[in-house]
Parts: sequence; structure tokens; C-alpha cells
Amino acid sequence: MSTTPLAVSDELLTEKTKVFSVKSDFAHWSVLYGVSGLFALICVVFLLSVVVSSLPAWRHSGFSLIYGRVWSQASDSFGALPIITGTLMTTAIALVFAVPIGIGSALAIVHVLPSRLRIFASSLVELLAAVPSVVYGLWGLLVLAPWFEQTVQPSLADLTDHHFPFQPPFEGVSLLLAGCVLFIMILPMIVALSRDAIAVVPHDQFEGALSVGATKWQVLRKVVLPAARTGIVGAVTLATARALGETVAVAMVIGLNPLFPHSLFSTASTLASTIALEFQDATPLQVAALGALAVILMVLTAFVNWIGRRLIRHSAARAHFV
Amino acid sequence: MTTTMIEGVPPDPMLERRELIQQVAHRTLKRRMFVSKAVVASLGAALVAALIPLFAILFSLVQKGIHWWSIDFFTKTPQFPSLIDPNAVGGIENALVGSLVIDGIAALFAVPIGVITGLFLAESDSRLANALRSTAEIMTGLPSILLGIFAYQMIVIGFHEWGIALPGIGFSGIAGSFAIGILMIPVIIKASETALRSVPFTIREAGLALGARKGVVARKVIIPTAMPGLITAVLLALSRAVGETAPILWVIGASTVTTWDPTHEMASMPLQIFQSATSPYTSLREETWGIALTLVVVVLFINLGSRLLAGWLQRERR
Repeated sequence: MSTTPLAVSDELLTEKTKVFSVKSDFAHWSVLYGVSGLFALICVVFLLSVVVSSLPAWRHSGFSLIYGRVWSQASDSFGALPIITGTLMTTAIALVFAVPIGIGSALAIVHVLPSRLRIFASSLVELLAAVPSVVYGLWGLLVLAPWFEQTVQPSLADLTDHHFPFQPPFEGVSLLLAGCVLFIMILPMIVALSRDAIAVVPHDQFEGALSVGATKWQVLRKVVLPAARTGIVGAVTLATARALGETVAVAMVIGLNPLFPHSLFSTASTLASTIALEFQDATPLQVAALGALAVILMVLTAFVNWIGRRLIRHSAARAHFV
Repeated sequence: MTTTMIEGVPPDPMLERRELIQQVAHRTLKRRMFVSKAVVASLGAALVAALIPLFAILFSLVQKGIHWWSIDFFTKTPQFPSLIDPNAVGGIENALVGSLVIDGIAALFAVPIGVITGLFLAESDSRLANALRSTAEIMTGLPSILLGIFAYQMIVIGFHEWGIALPGIGFSGIAGSFAIGILMIPVIIKASETALRSVPFTIREAGLALGARKGVVARKVIIPTAMPGLITAVLLALSRAVGETAPILWVIGASTVTTWDPTHEMASMPLQIFQSATSPYTSLREETWGIALTLVVVVLFINLGSRLLAGWLQRERR
């Protein structure tokens, strides 16, 4: 029994698998832990550096940084409430347009378009999601702003007889324009993510509902949308986080004015655009105050993002078990 | 129409109920079909409405940008328009070189860190791995301007304050690479984890059954199998990084001369777009379309290229 096939194959194995001669996994795991630890370290230093840079401002103004109403370099008074308001309002304007149009487009791509067009529309949307935000800002500033100034704003103002929320002056750059640029920017993201959520709804559910006599819209409303709901809400949440934190595109079209917006046509400012535009020639205390804006922005977007990720993961997990 | 097959058997209650439902359904059919058709049409309209601005942007880009493309545009450094020559804007050589160097160095350190951390997340289900995964997810969604602040605090002013003198401290290409690289890492981590996890368990277990250690299986089996996915991950992160403006806004110094030395102040395409678009010179504002078209072509080329390459590699393998 000395020359069993087993022995031969054993020999072959050791011959063929010399590459597997590593004594232990120590090197592998130490590289893995080392590099992952480096990433963790970068994140911690990042967090600390932003928070530490804002400390002088918190020491100077305390929590009036969050609820203060005056943001002025001249008087060393830094209250971010108008800026936070501007951020929330631009994001809200963007969502008002982007949510219905985005979800409608996603439904249309999955359930209305013929299959050949479906692939075309999907890849178009994905490519457009890759266009850098500075290009959206450029288009907003050079194409959309003049059009707003000459056409859109006067005609909207006529609707309300030049009263709230459409008072003059018509400057082009405004809260409304920033909201519209954000809307165009987050639209591909909402379409792409909610399309994914809609596409994983099992097709037999769709056909089952059709077979008992429901119309297409009834099926979409009663079967598809409820099943994809968490995924769609997650998509909208992630897009919200992106709109809250968008910097350059907004900075180019909002007009940077740290006062409370009194109409949709007034210039305003957002957290990220204020940081971007004021950093260059800021006093040391102002740098710290901008750091405080960064902390507020970080907390806000991290929270919104965290919710969005949870919802998307939840919906993906459910899709597997349906 | 209930027809009892056998005489004398009482009618089926379920059948009666179904008949009722059918009657109601028939009565409301017209209305329901009308509503459904209207809604489906409006869904199509939503899709059209979504595509109009997007097409408008691409149209403006090509229409206003393409005529700027010339040899001079790519081989000269920018000029400021003067009274004598209000149309002299020069070219974007400095921005092209700057983008290339900054994003290249960023990729150089972001790719190994990203892929190896992705491997760790794919291999391990420990508490540390889960924490890192959440961290990476949150980092992906953070506004990129925060990384600009980070790079400014660390590289531009930090080392000076701590009295450490290194080349590249201050406004420099290195500082930009630092910000862009950290931006890329979480994106690469997420995408490469997905790619590495999609390697079938049977292949993994076959390697382990031959007596190979986990590290060897990872190096010799998992990474080669997942290579198309990894390449897509890296290129997608790169295509995002190339267009980022906010993190480099005030850390690279926006120089107007061409330099390949990352320890000096540099320029970059997205930054140049931001500055030219908001400049008071009409000719500079117009030139922005040329730069933007170049940037979009580069980004879409990387983006599309990564998808095609991944598809091609996958077909090759079969």
C-alpha cells in the first residue's frame, strides 16, 4: 500500500502548490489590520481636526453660533441661523421638484419604456450623475441666471402681483435659482437609486396583480410603490444629504448674502457655500466660525445619510427574502 | 353568468362573490383605464421633463465649448485679458497638468488603502469591520468641502504650526492630492468590498480546501477573480475625484504657471472653471465652456471606459 494514488496526488499537490508555502497568515492579517487601522486613524484625525478648528468660535459665541441671527465679520458676530435657513430652503426647493419628477421617471424607466429604450435611459441617467457639480453651477450661472432674470422672475412676480414670495429685485442669482440647480443635480441620483429599488420588486407580484384585473397604475400604486417604499425613501434621503452639502454649484448661483431670505428671489447663503466663499480672506476667528459651520454641516449630513443608508439596506434585505 | 353544471346543486357562494367583483370591475373599468393611461402618460412626461435640463446642459457645453478646442488652448497657460487685447485668455495647460498630477498622486495612495480595507471588510465580520463599514458609508456622503478644511488645517497650516518643515507644506499640489485621496478612499472601499464579496464561495473554499491560507487565497484567488470589479471601483472613484472642486478650493494655490512639481502651487480644471466663471471678464467667462467641456469629456471617458473595460474583462474570462 506504499504507492497508493493518494500518495502520488499528495506529492503532486506539494509540487504544484509551492506558492502556498506561507507559514502562517500573520503577514496577511497584519497588512489588513494595519491598512484598515490607517483608514480609521485618518477618519479620527479628520473629525478631530474639523472640530478642533471650530473650538475658538464655540468659546467666543457659545450656542448662539447655531441660533444667532447676525453673521457679520465686521462685528465679530457669528450666528448661523440665516445660513441654516438658506441651506434648508434650497434643499426643500430642490426636493419639491426632484421627488415627484425623479420617482415618476424611475417608474417610467422600469415599467413604461420598452426594454431597449430602458437600457439607454438608465445609462444616460447614470452618466449624467457623473457630471461634476461645478459644471451644473456653470450652466446655472451663465445660462439659467440670465433666463431667470429676464423671463422667469418677472412672470412669476406677475402671478402674485409682486408680493410674497416673489418680490423684486430680479437678479437672477437667488434662492430659487440655487434650488433649481440643486434639483437638476440631484435628479439623476434620485432616478438611479429609486430605479434600483423599483426594479427589485418581484415581477410575479406585478403580473399577479395585473391578472386579477388591476390597471397598470393600480398595480404601481398598490403593489410596486409600497414594496419599493423604503428604497425610494432611502434614495430621497441620500439625495437630500447631497443637496445639503453641495458646495460649488450653489456657491456660484446663490449670491452669498448672510441675511434671512425675505423672498424666493432674494440672495441667500448655505452652510457649504459660505465656507467655500468666505474662507479665502477670513480673520482667524471667522475661520473658526466657518469651522463651526462645517461641524453643523457634518452632523446634519451624517445624520441624514445614516438614515438613508439604513433604509436602503433594509429595503435590499427585504427584497432578498420576499 | 352562473351555470350550475349539475342540476340540484346549490350555487357556489364563492362564484357569486366573484361575479359581483367582476360586475364592479367591469363597471369601473373605463374610469380605471382612463386614470391609469393618464398617469402612465404623466410618468412618461416626468421622464421627458427630467431629461430636458440634462440635455440642455450637454447641448450648451458642446455648442459653446467645442470652438475653444485648439492646440493653443491645450498648450498655453492662462492670460488675463487686457484693454489692448480683451480676448486673450490663453490656454489651460497648467490646469490639465495640475489635474493629472493631483489626481494621480491621490489615486496612488488612495487605491492601496481603499482596496486593502475593502478586502478586510469582505474577509472579516468582526465588530471592527462593521464599524469601519459604517464609517466608510458616512464618509462617502459627507460634503467634500469638509475635506478641504481638513487638508487646509493639516497640510497648509498645520505642519507650520507644529514646526515641522517638509517639502509640499503650504499651498501645494500635495495638499490637493491629500484631500482628493481621502475623498476617494471610502468610495473605493465600498465598491471594492462589493466586488470582492461577489466572488463565489465555492472558489474561495476550493482554495482553502487545497490547504492554502486565507491570505494566499485572497492574493491568488479572490483578488484576480474580482479584478474587473476592482478596476471599475477605482475608475469610478477617479471619475468622481477628477471633477471635485470644493476640497481643492483653497489648498492648491491656483497658480497660473505650468508645473509638474506637486510641492509647488498648482492649478486644476474644476478650480479653473470655478474661478473663470465667476470672474469679471466676459472672455474668461466664455472660455469656461471650453474647460468645462474638456472636464466633462475626461470624466465621462473614465466613467464609460471603466464600464466597458469591466464588461470586456468579464467576457474575456469566460
